[in-house]
Amino acid sequence: MNIVRSHVLIGMDASTIMAGARAVQQELVKEIKAKGLSGEVAVMETGSLGVTNMGVVLVVYPEGLYYANVTKEDVAELVEEQLLKGRLVKRLLYTQAPKRFIIKKERTGLMREQPRIVLKNCGIINPENIEEYIAEGGYEGALRAIGKMTPDEVIAEVKNSGLVGRGGAAFPTAMKWEFASKVPGPEKFIICNADEGEPGTFKDRLIMEGDPHKLIEGMIIAGYAFGATQGYIYIRGEYTLSIQRMEKAITDARAMNILGDKVFEKDFSFDLRVMKGGGAYVCGEETALIESLEGHRGHPRNKPPYPVVAGLWGKPTVVNNVETLANVGDIMRHGANWFRKYGTAKCPGTKVYTILGHVATPGLIETEMGTTLRDIIFEYGGGISEGKQFKGALVGGAAGAFVGPDLLDVQMDFVNLREYAAALGSGAILVMNEDTSMADMLKNVLHFFKHESCGHCVPCRLGTAQLVEVMDRIVDGSGGPDDVDRLLSIATVMKDASFCPLGQSLHMPISSCLKYFRDEIAGNQ
Amino acid sequence: MYREAALNKFEPEKRNILYILHELQDLNPQHYVAKEDIEAVADYLNVPYSFVHGVATFYTMFSLTPRGRHIIRLCDSPPCHLMGSTSTLDHIRNKLGIEVGQTTPDGAFTLELASCLGVCGIAPAIMINEEMFGKLTPERLDAILDERRNSI
Ligand SMILES: Cc1cc2nc3c(=O)[nH]c(=O)nc-3n(C[C@H](O)[C@H](O)[C@H](O)COP(=O)(O)O)c2cc1C
Ligand code: FES
Repeated sequence: MNIVRSHVLIGMDASTIMAGARAVQQELVKEIKAKGLSGEVAVMETGSLGVTNMGVVLVVYPEGLYYANVTKEDVAELVEEQLLKGRLVKRLLYTQAPKRFIIKKERTGLMREQPRIVLKNCGIINPENIEEYIAEGGYEGALRAIGKMTPDEVIAEVKNSGLVGRGGAAFPTAMKWEFASKVPGPEKFIICNADEGEPGTFKDRLIMEGDPHKLIEGMIIAGYAFGATQGYIYIRGEYTLSIQRMEKAITDARAMNILGDKVFEKDFSFDLRVMKGGGAYVCGEETALIESLEGHRGHPRNKPPYPVVAGLWGKPTVVNNVETLANVGDIMRHGANWFRKYGTAKCPGTKVYTILGHVATPGLIETEMGTTLRDIIFEYGGGISEGKQFKGALVGGAAGAFVGPDLLDVQMDFVNLREYAAALGSGAILVMNEDTSMADMLKNVLHFFKHESCGHCVPCRLGTAQLVEVMDRIVDGSGGPDDVDRLLSIATVMKDASFCPLGQSLHMPISSCLKYFRDEIAGNQ
Repeated sequence: MYREAALNKFEPEKRNILYILHELQDLNPQHYVAKEDIEAVADYLNVPYSFVHGVATFYTMFSLTPRGRHIIRLCDSPPCHLMGSTSTLDHIRNKLGIEVGQTTPDGAFTLELASCLGVCGIAPAIMINEEMFGKLTPERLDAILDERRNSI
């Protein structure tokens, strides 16, 4: 990088591109040149800055000032005032920036330092430049693992860190690797699950768009730990930008000998390939994903055998989520004890959440495990929009759990919310205000499942159809007195008899919704 | 023949089938996977026609019927639903005079429903071809659709 006095980072993600970020970027470059500032001010594009709904967003360093809703017409003024004269353009300044946008250097009062592991570089480095990742200490973790440690030591370090999967089942990551390492065989695979189909979840997309090398580093370390030489990143087909960024990052890493034959000149070969999905929710389930990778319809497989024993093409395979793998590089770089400083004793580390629905500032945050829902909604999310009251939240997308006000103060981690562990993984928090019809929301969830049931097994195929029928009846007022109980009994059969977790998981939204809002829903009958 | 060139970009391995289908669908002037496409893939990968057909029908991103120039995919997953996707849908249906799954007679638009597009921060959202649009109001929709109708 040149020595420049200012950096302007412009957030490029679906929402800012839609708002015209590319045009603003071009105008910025033009205007900076016209003012003769090209050598002093660098314009860089980066992933999401964590602010959605605010048009084109940019941040000016070293001041760390956020400007939002920037249009092409504003550029001349911004360059003249902020970059040339060093004066704020108050009109565009994003001042209500909740604490999530400010990465605190010191602790002030009770406020803890903003913990950033997974999203540390997002919005700060240029994701298309491998050197910037390396400048931030990137690939040091991989170098330490491969250069100085045996695979068993790597597994032990990750085990000590207490990292558990962020994709759903909250399974200890090191344990999966250990299983796979014990299965004999020359060919093993690591798959990164980037299918991200759970409604309301887009954390994995922002990690891939904002810091693709972090994912690559995690996969290299995983591969070294249990003996995989080839990895696949299965990205949902809609994520065009993620696919491009990952492919570019892989090419750059190969050019620097970080992927390919003899990684870091050591006796370890590892390569990666991106695979593009076709749009099927069930393919997020790991065995369905493997089927899809092999080029089949995405039907789940029978377990056992588990993928760690016989996965992709029958070979030992570990499937890990994007966020899980994005933690691994820093764990290897700083050690397990460092990681354990974050989060709770039983559940160390951070968690990425998306805050959506009726909140003042929807967006993405990373916070320590154990943060309460109240903090997430009212501090990070800015509270309920339009001064309304909180009614409930749907945590974890369609297969998630409805929660009421009594859960606002529970510390959220995989242990405290054991029964909701899967919901926590996806990290989607959909907040609903007092005006929301819970019957309508539940109906929408059931329609989602009917659409996404893959049709492979009878309980799920027929169960989802019947649930929709019953729920439609309840909502339009033609239901009978038993219909609410019928929802629960169908869901229970599906939980017991469905072939894969898709059909089984529907019990959660139904039972939790009825737990909190039964009277309201029954009142619809 | 463009099909052959498209196929040859990929190794003839089964694991590439989704890539190949995406590619052929993108290249097809009517934005769908035609019978000829399925035949070509089956030949290329040396698998039965029914196998390719089975894969193509499983994934929602593939269509087996011809579609318009602009494919509108409207998200109706819970976050978009909460923020008003039903009225977005009604507005599009009324304006274009088509139901979900249909194409306008002039071949400009096809309307489809989709599950979460991953841009829920700007709900309610739609995707037109490769582009996302969010925070939709009737006025914004009118502007977007009018602009699209006039573009090729
Ligand atoms: C219907 C269904 C959908 C799923 N979707 C995803 C997904 O989109 N992303 C993901 O990482 N895991 C998903 N999972 C969980 C995966 O099966 C698997 O547990 C996970 O990828 C393991 O990664 P982890 O150990 O890092 O958490 C899904 C599971 C089910 C049953
Ligand atoms: S719910 Fe509509 S984009 Fe996510």
